[in-house]
Order: sequence, then structure tokens, then C-alpha cells
Amino acid sequence: MAAPTVDAPKGAKLNLYGGWKAAWPFLLPSFIGFLIFFFIPTMRGIYLSFTDWNLLANRGEWVGGANYERLVDDPLFWNAVRVTAWYVFLNILSQTAFAILIAVAMDRLTKSSVIRSIIMLPYLIPNVVVALIFVWLLNSNLGIIADLFSVFGIDSNYFAGPRAVIPTIAGINTWRHMGYTALLIFAGLQTIPKSLYEAGALDGASEWQMMKRITIPLLRPVLALVLVITMIGSFQVFDTVQVATGGFGGRPGGPGDASRVIYVYIYELAFVRNEAGRSSAIAVVLLLTLMVITFFQLKLLRANESDLA
Amino acid sequence: MSSALEGMAGGATTSIKARMGRGTAWLFLALLIVVTIFPFYWTLRTGLVSNASLFEGNQGKGVVERILPDEPSTVNFRRVLNRATEAEILEATGRANSASFDYLTALKNSVIIASVIAVGQTTFSALAAYAFSRLRFAGRDKIFFLYLTGMMIPPIFVLIPNLLLILGDFWFFDINGHTWLDWIPGYDSDSRTFLLGTLAGVIAPFLLMTPFSVFFLRQFFLGINRSLEEAALIDGASHFRIFRSVILPIARPQMITLGILTYITAWNEFLWPLVVTQQDKAKQPLTVALGVFTTQQPGTQPDWSGLMSGTLLAALPVIIIFMIFGKRLVDSIQFSGIK
Repeated sequence: MAAPTVDAPKGAKLNLYGGWKAAWPFLLPSFIGFLIFFFIPTMRGIYLSFTDWNLLANRGEWVGGANYERLVDDPLFWNAVRVTAWYVFLNILSQTAFAILIAVAMDRLTKSSVIRSIIMLPYLIPNVVVALIFVWLLNSNLGIIADLFSVFGIDSNYFAGPRAVIPTIAGINTWRHMGYTALLIFAGLQTIPKSLYEAGALDGASEWQMMKRITIPLLRPVLALVLVITMIGSFQVFDTVQVATGGFGGRPGGPGDASRVIYVYIYELAFVRNEAGRSSAIAVVLLLTLMVITFFQLKLLRANESDLA
Repeated sequence: MSSALEGMAGGATTSIKARMGRGTAWLFLALLIVVTIFPFYWTLRTGLVSNASLFEGNQGKGVVERILPDEPSTVNFRRVLNRATEAEILEATGRANSASFDYLTALKNSVIIASVIAVGQTTFSALAAYAFSRLRFAGRDKIFFLYLTGMMIPPIFVLIPNLLLILGDFWFFDINGHTWLDWIPGYDSDSRTFLLGTLAGVIAPFLLMTPFSVFFLRQFFLGINRSLEEAALIDGASHFRIFRSVILPIARPQMITLGILTYITAWNEFLWPLVVTQQDKAKQPLTVALGVFTTQQPGTQPDWSGLMSGTLLAALPVIIIFMIFGKRLVDSIQFSGIK
């Protein structure tokens, strides 16, 4: 495109928009960072997935598609897929449901920035810290939450068991993220004209009807964004699992294989079993999955169209 | 208090049903705040009491006695900070020298890592954002799109390749079987550790940019009125001059917000620093030190009061930042989440 020019005082043509001559010093640092730590590693990650890379020796031979072929018959890989899918499902369901409730309640009741700040706080706390706090709260002998649940007849060992570990981790991460997600939705709610609700109330619509007919449809672009962010984040759960199941004599991903999510399996293959090639192949599968899911979610939810327009 | 619905609910037409609805909603919010705050309080309470008191349990105590700490003392926090006497340690843990992680070293590492990343990333991303928002050059939008695709790469995807870089394995510079490190006089390239186990290694991948930071600042720069800088350009000012004296003063609040967000993200980072500093305790940031320390705790009767003191202290800097800048961060969501 031709750069617009303006007549400079002395009659010379002055280029206001610089061109490459002006742009390159601004771009150089970030471009180096992008090239070295994003672009080249991405290419290399794909390359590594076709090798039998050994991290200790830092060497590997080209093995073609062998790593991918092995995935098909790898029960631990399919276990990781199942566990991750179960986690993603639970986490998205609880996090989105709570976030919508919180956002709608705040929208109706208060714009207090103190309340908004408080509900955002957990999101800023390190995952490692959150995991440790909840391991303590849920401790089967001394934990206060386990204590509370025992009142309702739930065995205090329940949370550490193989059936409960994924729902528990989903619960912990819901606690950490729901406030932040609620604030995203809250920001979206501010864009819905209040007059629509007034009209709805005059026509005798119930709260539930207004939620279904006004709030949700008009919130669709924001909800689409939130779902994409939550889903991409949920697929990448690692810190909480690693710390909550790996501490105190436990093994990360335990008990048994019950919480070995895809991230933990990728990490374990590379750094515990020294099979970086297979590890990279799973990372490639994860990347492709995330790309496909994001693409279809944005399509299905028609993220960039609002019914308000 | 401005919405029309509240006006209706609070006015003469208030129905019992509407009032009950609002009551329930307030109750829900109150419960939410309790659920949000309580875990922090309980961590503090645990840190303030002795392990013996924890193991005694709460049998036969009233609700208030259960919630308030029993004989509170700061000894656990002093233990974490290496400020407790041997007699106190023996009394608190029943062991002469309780294994503890070196909080102050880890704190120092975390502060260095987060500060350098926050300042570097914000500065260099701002430069890039200026180019993408205020300048025109061939391929600009293509390069920006390429940056954006970087947001979709899961961090674990580039974990091993980045680790190889930190180990000095820039294979694209290898010539005739020699790595580039061989050309540095006096460097023992066989040891192959380069930046492994150093703070520089933890910092490097995040120092120059993240796609999010560039995106965040570009969004803001696009909204700044052009007339000021056009006048300056016609007067012969350079683009660096305009960046410094026109854009930066206007964008200062947003840059500070991004800096804080980047600081917190770097502070909370676990996987990458774990991989880089796993073998080197002296270089571990708080998250890694705490995570590694936890794996060394016994499965039965761990030192809960010491551990919770350390856990709370590891979150304390973030909580302080939150208390100072909380409102600013909340407001930024309005801006970054919804364009």
C-alpha cells in the first residue's frame, strides 16, 4: 500500500508512517524473541516428534512416524485423553455455571470494585500455592473441608481416592478461576442495554425467561470467548495436578493413573522416562486438538457476531 | 444503584418476590466472598498454631474456638524465615533440624525473575506495539498475525525445544559438527549446561515479548489520537522521540497494568522454572522451591504448620500487589477481555 504523505514545511515530501526504515528498530527485539523462543521451537518441536530424542544424551535419530504409530496402541495415552476430557468437561461446566451466576448477581446488585477485586484474588495466586492450601483443607485426618463433609456422611478419605481426584482438582481450579471468568462475563453484561430488561419486566417475563431470551443470546460473543479461554486453559492443567498428587509421598498423576492428564503424561515421558520424541508427538496431537477445537467453537458460536448489531 | 430494575425493586411497586430474589442474590454473593477468603484465613490460622495443636484435633470444642487459632505464635513463620532458635525448632517439629526450604533465597530469585521479565517484556512489547499500531510497512499485518498465532502454542509444546536452547543447543548455528559454543574461547562445551540452572535461563524466553503483551498494548495504542504525533512529525521529530514523549506518557497507566500482570504471571510460573532449576536449589523461585519441598514431605504427619506458613509467605507478595493495584487489574479486564 502506498504510504500517505504530507507536505513538510520546506516542500519536501515527509513520510508520516515510516515504512521499514523507521519500523525495524521497534520490531527487532520482539522479533528476535518471537523467532528464538516461539517460532523456531515450534518447528523444532514438530521435528523432535519424528525422532527418538534422548534428553540425557541430547541426541536422537529420525524414526519417521513411529512415535505416532505407537500412540495408537499406548493405553496410557488413551488413559490421559480420557482423564483430560473428563477434567475439561467438569471444569468448564462448573466454572462457567458459577461464573454466569456470579456475574448476573453482581450486575443486578452492585458495582462495588472492592467485591470485584476480592473475587478476582484467587486468580492471581500461584497454582502451586492454591494446590497446597487445598491439599491441607481436604486432608483426610485434619482438613477442615473433609471434616465438614464427614458431617454429611462422606468418608474423609474420599477426596484422595481415584474416583474423586479429577472432580476435586476441577473443584480447586473452579475456585481459582470462577471469579476471573465472572468478571469477563460481567464486563459483557455491561454492554446489554438495560431497557431490554425493563421491557421484559413490563411484559411480565420471569427472571429465568429474561436470562434465556435476553442475557444468554446477547452475551454469546463474550461466552464464546470465555469458553475458548476456559477450554484451552483446562486442556493445559498441570501445576495443580503435579503438586496436589505428587507431594507427600504421592506420585504425580496418581493415585494409579487416575489423574495423569495429558500435560502430566507429556512431562513424564520427557523428563522421567527420557522419551522426548514420544513426548513431542503427544504435544503435536495436543496442539492440533486445541487448534481444531478453537476453530469449531468460534464457528459454532458465531463469536464475532452479536445479536445486538 | 443506577439500574432501572433496582429502581423498580426498591420503589413502591416492590413485591415480596423481588425482595426475596435480591436477598437470595446477596446471600449468594456473601457466601462467595466467604468461600474466597476462608482458605487464606485457614492457611494463616494453621501457620499460627503448633503441629501438636493441629493433631489434637477439635473434638469437643465450640465453633468459635475451632475457628480462632489456639495459642497463636509466630514461631512457624520465623522458622520459614530462618529466624527461629534451635530450641524453638525442636519444640515445633520434634526434630532437631527440620528440613525447610530456603524462603529468602527463593524470594530473591522470584523477585529478580519477575522484575526483569516485567520490565523487559513490557518495554520491548511496547516498542513492537508502536510499530504495529502507528507505522506502516510492507508485511506488517502478516507479521502481526504470525505473532498472534504464537498465542495458540501451548507452553508445553515449546518446553523441550526451549530447554535445548537453554542447554546451548542452537543446532542451526552448528558448523561441521561444532556447536556455536565451541567458538567461545575457554567455554567447556562438553559440560553442555549453558544457561541450565541459572536465573537467566528462567528469564530468557519471556524477556523480549509474549504475543499477549504485544496484542494488549497494540489494542491500546490504536486508540490514541494521531493529531499530536502528526504535528510532532511535521516538526521533524523522530519516531523514537514520539514514542518517548507522546505515546509513553499517554499509555503509562496501561503499561503499568501490563507490567503488573506480567509480573504476577512470571511470579506464578511453575513448569518452565521447574525444568530449568530442578537440579539447582539455589536458583529456584518460590513456586518451584515450594513444589519440590512438598515432594520431600512425608505422607504421614507432615509439618503442616510450617508448610502452611511457607505457602502463605509465598503468596504474600502477590497479595500485597493485589491490595495496592487490585482495582487497576479489575478495570483492565474490561479492556483486555472485551475489545
